[in-house]
Amino acid sequence: MWQDLFSEISQRRVLLYSLLYTFFLILIAIFAPLLAPYDVSEQNLLLGASSPSFQNILGTDVLGRDLFSRILYGSRISLLVGFLATFVAITIGLSYGAVSGYFGGKIDTLMMRIVDILDGLPFVIFIILILVIFGRDIYFLFISIGAFGWLSMARIVRLQVLGLRKKEFVIAAQIMGASSFRILTRHIIPNVLGTVIIYSTLLVPQFMLLEAFLSFLGLGVQPPDSSWGILIREGANTMEEYWWLLIFPAFFFSLTLFALNFLGDGLRDILDPRDTQKLEN
Amino acid sequence: MRFLLVFLILLISCSESTEQKSKVDIYTEKGILLLGNGTEPSGIDPHLVTGVPEHKILLALLEGLVVFNPKNNGVLPGVAEDWNVSDDGLSYTFIFNPDAKWTNGDSVKPEDFAYSWERILSPDLGAQYADMLYVIKNAEKFHKGDIKDFSQVGISITNNKLKVELENPTPYFLNILTHYSTWPVHPETVEKHGGMISRNNQWTRVDNFVGNGPFKLESWEINKALRVSRNDLYWGNSSNKINGIEFIPIDNELTQDRLFRSGGIHLANTVPTEKINRYRDERPDELYEHNYFGTYYYRINTNKYPLNNINFRKALSLAIDRELIVKSILKGNQKISYSFTPPDENGYNPTTKLDFNPIKAKEFLEKSGYDVNNPPLEILYNTSEGHQKIAQAIQEMWKKNLGLNVVLTNVDWKVYLTRETQGEFDISRAGWIGDYPDPFTFLDMMVTNRGNNKTGWSNSEFDNILKNAASQISTSDRYNLYEKAEKILIDELPVIPLYTYTRTYLLSQRVKNWQNNILDTNPYQFLSLE
Amino acid sequence: MIQLILKRLLTYIPVLLIVVIITFLMIHAAPGGPFDAERVASPEIIEKLNEAYNLDKPLHVQIFNYLYGAIQGDFGPSFKYPGRTVSELIMSGLPTTIELAVYSILFAIFLGVFSGLLASLNPGKFLDVAPMSISLLGICIPSIILGPILVLIFGIWYDFFPVYGWGDNPGDKILPTITLGTAYAAIFARLTRGGMLEILGQDFIRTARAKGLSETRIIFVHALRGGILPVISFLGPAIAGLLAGSFVVETIFQINGIGRFYVQAAFNRDYTMILGTSILFTFMTLTFVLISDILASFLNPTLRDSGGLE
Repeated sequence: MWQDLFSEISQRRVLLYSLLYTFFLILIAIFAPLLAPYDVSEQNLLLGASSPSFQNILGTDVLGRDLFSRILYGSRISLLVGFLATFVAITIGLSYGAVSGYFGGKIDTLMMRIVDILDGLPFVIFIILILVIFGRDIYFLFISIGAFGWLSMARIVRLQVLGLRKKEFVIAAQIMGASSFRILTRHIIPNVLGTVIIYSTLLVPQFMLLEAFLSFLGLGVQPPDSSWGILIREGANTMEEYWWLLIFPAFFFSLTLFALNFLGDGLRDILDPRDTQKLEN
Repeated sequence: MRFLLVFLILLISCSESTEQKSKVDIYTEKGILLLGNGTEPSGIDPHLVTGVPEHKILLALLEGLVVFNPKNNGVLPGVAEDWNVSDDGLSYTFIFNPDAKWTNGDSVKPEDFAYSWERILSPDLGAQYADMLYVIKNAEKFHKGDIKDFSQVGISITNNKLKVELENPTPYFLNILTHYSTWPVHPETVEKHGGMISRNNQWTRVDNFVGNGPFKLESWEINKALRVSRNDLYWGNSSNKINGIEFIPIDNELTQDRLFRSGGIHLANTVPTEKINRYRDERPDELYEHNYFGTYYYRINTNKYPLNNINFRKALSLAIDRELIVKSILKGNQKISYSFTPPDENGYNPTTKLDFNPIKAKEFLEKSGYDVNNPPLEILYNTSEGHQKIAQAIQEMWKKNLGLNVVLTNVDWKVYLTRETQGEFDISRAGWIGDYPDPFTFLDMMVTNRGNNKTGWSNSEFDNILKNAASQISTSDRYNLYEKAEKILIDELPVIPLYTYTRTYLLSQRVKNWQNNILDTNPYQFLSLE
Repeated sequence: MIQLILKRLLTYIPVLLIVVIITFLMIHAAPGGPFDAERVASPEIIEKLNEAYNLDKPLHVQIFNYLYGAIQGDFGPSFKYPGRTVSELIMSGLPTTIELAVYSILFAIFLGVFSGLLASLNPGKFLDVAPMSISLLGICIPSIILGPILVLIFGIWYDFFPVYGWGDNPGDKILPTITLGTAYAAIFARLTRGGMLEILGQDFIRTARAKGLSETRIIFVHALRGGILPVISFLGPAIAGLLAGSFVVETIFQINGIGRFYVQAAFNRDYTMILGTSILFTFMTLTFVLISDILASFLNPTLRDSGGLE
């Protein structure tokens, strides 16, 4: 008994820490310009890559730029892509799933069939193609990631809406003669929004990871902007001589993935304790 | 957990068995060279390919009329054992080596060259290097479709001799002949496997390939290795000390570096910048650094405001600290540029200068009347960490020394090429590597409306000087004219040269007779392994 | 059953058609063409080249021609490698990619199911927490971090393994396999543990125990079959994801699979090569998902009729 209790508490505590860390990280990303000890683009070519020291607590990169400052700034792009892509996925998934679930019948079958078909597409290769062809731009990055990441969201929303449309307040609105659009936007969507947001917390680390993957393949944002994925790529290319350029960005990225995954899982656990795929199991 | 342990032990015992003689040692004994060769070759058809890795392979498989002399950048007899040049420098007669054979036993005949040159000049083949042969009389017209009859092109055959007539006296014509685009293909084989103008020709397959070089094609596994072995029928076979070569495609310089250090290859054709200093300290005998016939420069779109202003361009150039770029970013022994054409040992040493002087830069900026608060200019470059570092450094220098804001745009290779060609850029990074050791290969591209000019810059005096130089028979007269042209170029700066390329690579000490030369070409039959 | 499979195979057609059309539209909207090169070729040459590769025809004709050829198994000549066909180039990399994927998935199943099983049999104890913490690391340390770090430690600091190539030197398959497989091992561990805990709590296990069957027999014969069901149904999507992950692993270890081919083809604007690889990836994704659905329906009789395949 006490073991279960202990693990329960410790798990919730991890959830709490994850939540705090995430807030902290978002604040850091927002206030990066104030927090960074150096101007992120300021080079010191004569210094070059230097190991961690009192001046540069995490060392400098090959152009003599302060690594700590670059990591702070990198968090902005990484988080931005993660959150904006999630936002795109929610927007598409929510409207698609709500329409499909609300109207039901043939429309529903057709729309879900399309989702099934899209699910069979190897979307990573399309994202790569888009980025190679149309340029490696932060907009293309999050839009293309989000545009392919909404499928599971649409399914979840549809299931929720299927349940909701039999509820009294929806039926009441229909009797009052409200338009479908109004019912969807005023009654249905606000009611599923909570679930959607909780589920989407798990999308953020997924999308951040995808962004890092793409950056690693050389398809990330352009300099002077850089994301953690790009820092990891640069680090991997120079690690034989300058290990710190790989280790520190990798550490922060892992920590963030950890926190966000825990956060998403914990939240989902509270919402749906019977889900067997959760992380804390 | 126990499973993991077992797994690890298994792994370690596996790896111990590799502790033997290195591959380089074994292959050295066999007389086989292992060369890291960059990207997978796109092909081995001398008339279709355009890259360096392809060149290195063709150097083993085919031979032109003359062979590149690695010691002095000149030429040695190849298929032609001797040649005569007319006094006006307009016609060359090549006497063929009777021992020159194709790998199927046929003799190499002047007709083979006529066929080959007709092939590369055929508009339907779409060969990208056809313009190398434009020095031949009427070749350009034939290639552009103005002449349909190849017999009007300045090539004629009498008594097993090939006579070539040129448009202008071109003292470097023999040098051009060391370029693979002028090398022969075996006509019957090409005809049999697809015909003269087919790009899908199957004659380059291992089973079909017929060559005339010191080596013959043995096997070709995509992305793994291309192997060649000694060609016993080669006329110079008795002096060839190499039994075979393995060309290993590795496009990642880190991987190649690791492979070199673990004894997997004799030659690593690049060195990661970060490791150059370490090699200088620890393995100086294996690190090769020498001048290369190429210039790294920034190309200016002179059609655009404010870049159309000479003073503004001067300000840009004066605000660049080339020494710092070379020392801190490139870390190699690159020479900073003073001219567009790299100086070379053959006597072309332009006297132009490109200084770093922030004060003067500021003055020129004021003279140009440009307000630095205008929207920022753009530096365009193709995505690569190396270009990025330099662009970032120059961005900083212009910011610091001129107060000028520039943004960096990196796009992938094809987009970069399109934007450059269509003039959709302000400043773009560029590099040019000479095809043959003559300043003409650099200066000619800045002539008005040349496809590779891309700056929109046009100067009639410059054009005239180059035209005039083409008809000079004496090399020193020609070089004097080139230096004048060079001066115009550096005065007007449609291009801002940054540095002269350095070839930096790693070569095992087991390879002997290697020559450092500005074209970085070593015909393999002159090497040996110990 | 067979009907269901056939029905699923029929959906391949619209999916592949969509892939071809989207890819076609995208590559033709792209700036830069396959024949742009640093040495600018004259417009006449580019025209000739476009003619030679049928690029001068209207787009719908090109798509139709392509599909007509593709149905007969002809995916066209490569633009970048004159004289070679797309099928030939793909076949030079495909076996490597598949081998990498299969080894990684086997590694992941082996490690994942083993630690998941261990954990489920010792809930709350050290043997539960330890494997599960490791699996957590697997999720937080993605291949882009794990790969370089493995290279740094085992290839450079301690020269245990070769860190490039695939099948060229003994032992060079180990690190790529671990790099690609670890993330999936972590997921499999969680799935196994969850599945096993659920099964072990069910009545028929209690009955079996009451009958006095040996614990090993109960676990391996009765429980495991249902317990790894979540793993089996996840196999398809996992392999599909693995193929994408192989892009990164092939880059880190310089493995010449089709992942790297694809990225290079996109950069080179090698149109036919891009199309060929897109079709291949789609086909493989669909097929792996189908196979894992079939497997799952065999393991779980309740799914067999109710349409686990739907």
